Amino acid sequence: MAEENISKAKKQRIKMQEQKPEERIKNFFEVPLGYTEEEAINEAKRCLQCKEPKCIQGCPVNINIKEFIYKISKKDFKGAIDTIKKDNSLPAVCGRVCPQEEQCEAACIMQKTKNPINIGSLERFAADYEAKTGKVEIPVIGKKLDKVGNPIRVAIIGSGPSGLTCAGDLAKIGYETVIYEALHLPGGVLIYGIPEFRLPKNIVKREVEYLKKLGVKFEFNSVIGKTYTIDDLFNMGFKAVFIGVGAGTPIFLGIPGENLKGVYSANEFLTRLNAMKAFLFPEYDTPVKVGEKVAVIGAGNVAMDAARWARRLKGVKEVHIIYRRSEAEMPARIEEIKRAKEEGIIFNLLTNPVEIIGNEQGWVKAIKCIKMELGEPDSSGRRKPIPMPGSEFIIDVDTVIPALGTKANKLLTSDVKNLKLNKWGYIEVDENYMTSIPGVFAGGDITTGSATVIAAMGAGRRAAKAIDEYIKKL
Amino acid sequence: MYEIIEKKELTKDIKFIAVKAPHIVYNARAGNFVVIIVDEKGERIPLTIYDWEKEKGIVYIVFMEVGVSTKKLGQLNEGDFLYAIAGPFGNAFHIQNYGNVVMIGGGVGTPAIFPIARELKNAGNKVTSIIGYRSKELVILENEMKSVSDEVFIATNDGSYGEKGLVTDILQKLIDKKEKIDLVVAIGPVVMMKAVSELTKKYNIKTIVSLNAMMVDATGMCGVCRVTVGGQTKFSCVDGPDFDGHLVDFNELMVRLSAYKDKEEESLHYCRLNKKIKEV
Ligand SMILES: Cc1cc2nc3c(=O)[nH]c(=O)nc-3n(C[C@H](O)[C@H](O)[C@H](O)COP(=O)(O)OP(=O)(O)OC[C@H]3O[C@@H](n4cnc5c(N)ncnc54)[C@H](O)[C@@H]3O)c2cc1C
Ligand SMILES: Cc1cc2nc3c(=O)[nH]c(=O)nc-3n(C[C@H](O)[C@H](O)[C@H](O)COP(=O)(O)OP(=O)(O)OC[C@H]3O[C@@H](n4cnc5c(N)ncnc54)[C@H](O)[C@@H]3O)c2cc1C
Ligand code: SF4
Ligand code: SF4
Ligand code: FES
Repeated sequence: MAEENISKAKKQRIKMQEQKPEERIKNFFEVPLGYTEEEAINEAKRCLQCKEPKCIQGCPVNINIKEFIYKISKKDFKGAIDTIKKDNSLPAVCGRVCPQEEQCEAACIMQKTKNPINIGSLERFAADYEAKTGKVEIPVIGKKLDKVGNPIRVAIIGSGPSGLTCAGDLAKIGYETVIYEALHLPGGVLIYGIPEFRLPKNIVKREVEYLKKLGVKFEFNSVIGKTYTIDDLFNMGFKAVFIGVGAGTPIFLGIPGENLKGVYSANEFLTRLNAMKAFLFPEYDTPVKVGEKVAVIGAGNVAMDAARWARRLKGVKEVHIIYRRSEAEMPARIEEIKRAKEEGIIFNLLTNPVEIIGNEQGWVKAIKCIKMELGEPDSSGRRKPIPMPGSEFIIDVDTVIPALGTKANKLLTSDVKNLKLNKWGYIEVDENYMTSIPGVFAGGDITTGSATVIAAMGAGRRAAKAIDEYIKKL
Repeated sequence: MYEIIEKKELTKDIKFIAVKAPHIVYNARAGNFVVIIVDEKGERIPLTIYDWEKEKGIVYIVFMEVGVSTKKLGQLNEGDFLYAIAGPFGNAFHIQNYGNVVMIGGGVGTPAIFPIARELKNAGNKVTSIIGYRSKELVILENEMKSVSDEVFIATNDGSYGEKGLVTDILQKLIDKKEKIDLVVAIGPVVMMKAVSELTKKYNIKTIVSLNAMMVDATGMCGVCRVTVGGQTKFSCVDGPDFDGHLVDFNELMVRLSAYKDKEEESLHYCRLNKKIKEV
């Protein structure tokens, strides 16, 4: 047994095949192509089936990773997806966009050999297998009724991963759930933020179709706080409300020239492309305008997404990332940074923009930057970047995309009296995800600030349980 | 899908539509706007709520055909459906008794001042309205404005109707009469709002304008609608659309509104070629 394990551990982790960089920058299709059955089985066979599987604790929703991998190794793909779905309602999404290297794969025992099991890819394989082959089974659900026989209704605000998960779980328990979504499309960041080439939109569509079959209703074009207030929702007969509105509002740099034409927040740039399909303009009506040279400010996942989208647009010759710290501090996933580099994106590190310079017509023509050096570690533990006097220089660009993160959107929260917020404007919740208003629950980015899909999903799931408990006690 | 249940042509390019959209009118108030997507491939465009009937669930909109989206919208007829209508967005106009208010509407700014004028009148204000157009054929909503104002002045650039000149000429005359004006509300083309604000600033008359910045989501998520007001960046969809006219950087707004000129033409050309919009 021990020898077998050693030989397993020596085997190299199987990487998914990918589109070649020179090919993929000419299209909008997914970059990693997925495992073949054989690859999946071989990768699954590398798993040591640990007695105390550490991987499970590394997953924020504690998927039974050991079990689903075992099933894949035995070619029981249907069994594998059933195991995953007990804990994760969006496996095709999470298998693709989870930062596995910080979560399940970081905890895998094989991490010691720098050769952890490729859990994310296996999860994706199982989910895609179901989509390709299987009928998705719709459970038969007994409706929850109140004393006079009417369905008990719960309202969900926002259709991002937290809202979708919460709605799905409540529907499975038997509640009548209605999702109110401000936009005309469901999915939140999954639809308007994360690019097609990382998360094909038909995957999100599929998940939404499944929820509809479970009986979840969608009311689009409805902005809670404007269309209806939370009080209105209770007056309409909803017994509880879940707020999953995301973090939302873009942060700008606060330097001169930021309102020039050609400066987009990453949110605007990505929304035009992903949700409004500006890459298909003029067949679609929404345009996006980029010149030959694009600069993206920041080095998080959102910055990589914006830069890689820009790389794929017609006419773009050069894409720059401008980041004030060094490579080691870049917050984006290593995998995404690697892909960005392969695609020819130029990294300007230890560089901070100080001014965006415009031409006579008010269009961006260049960005003035200053060189930085790293000083002592700051409160976040990262070494603080300090400008080097006299080191200013200019990069010629015609599009600038600040991707500096988001802050709390006040659209909903400012309209709700007695809703307790923390000092950053995010909603405060107790251990049961209930806000300061009884019956009003919240989860996802609007409670934590920008986080991850799986964290938002986990919050939606736990909130659904708490909502069920709350309603039972009414 | 939201049905158009009534449509009228007010001028060749300006249309009135009634849309069945109960969710829009449930909490609609004067000064709010909606976002419309005409068809599945359409863009999101903001349009002011001209009027509404809560009981019937109907919202009324008046718009001018200027580009692809508004031309496509203008082609729809009674019985056709909009792909999406979202809202109401923006802060409602702050209604109170200011005293003597002057409402100024230019072109398709008039439908935007109409509900505000009505509410201000109901709140006890004396309402004087000035509405300006390029020429007689373009005059819209004259009777409607009369029904919600104590007095209405009309200006046309060429003098073919009402008084010859600009809305600011009439405003200047009112100011010269030395009657105290407590508030001016101006909605229309940016140049008009700018001229009104410059004039009232000289006399220190509080002036509110409604900014028609470009928009995408209208929920505060993208920032395309940013404007500079009093030296600070504001998002007009959530912080506005109404702002103190004396503090707005109108020049910046004008420059930003021109960002997509070439793309708009490309889009029009494409749609004509593919017969998505018919033109007379
Ligand atoms: C570009 C980008 C890339 C990312 N990449 C990754 C990644 O690779 N992996 C990862 O794990 N995470 C990633 N994230 C983070 C992740 O997407 C978020 O943490 C997650 O989507 C948060 O989910 P949520 O449910 O809280 O809200 P959101 O996904 O933000 O959804 C909120 C929804 O609520 C709607 N809404 C807002 N206000 C209202 C209102 N008043 N009424 C009705 N509806 C409203 C919004 O329109 C939206 O649809 C990325 C984020 C971005 C922006
Ligand atoms: C809050 C708000 C309320 C509005 N209310 C109304 C209304 O009640 N009735 C109405 O007719 N219009 C209104 N507008 C303007 C309307 O949104 C635009 O006319 C519309 O988006 C143009 O779209 P398009 O595709 O037809 O034209 P495009 O092809 O986008 O533009 C054609 C021409 O119109 C100009 N333009 C584009 N957007 C705007 C804008 N936002 N403001 C002024 N000029 C613009 C362009 O510079 C171009 O010259 C409002 C705008 C805002 C922001
Ligand atoms: S959901 Fe994410 S963290 Fe959990 S097992 Fe799947 S990929 Fe890993
Ligand atoms: S920790 Fe790694 S090797 Fe062990 S069961 Fe989990 S995935 Fe398999
Ligand atoms: S329109 Fe996107 S933030 Fe105002």
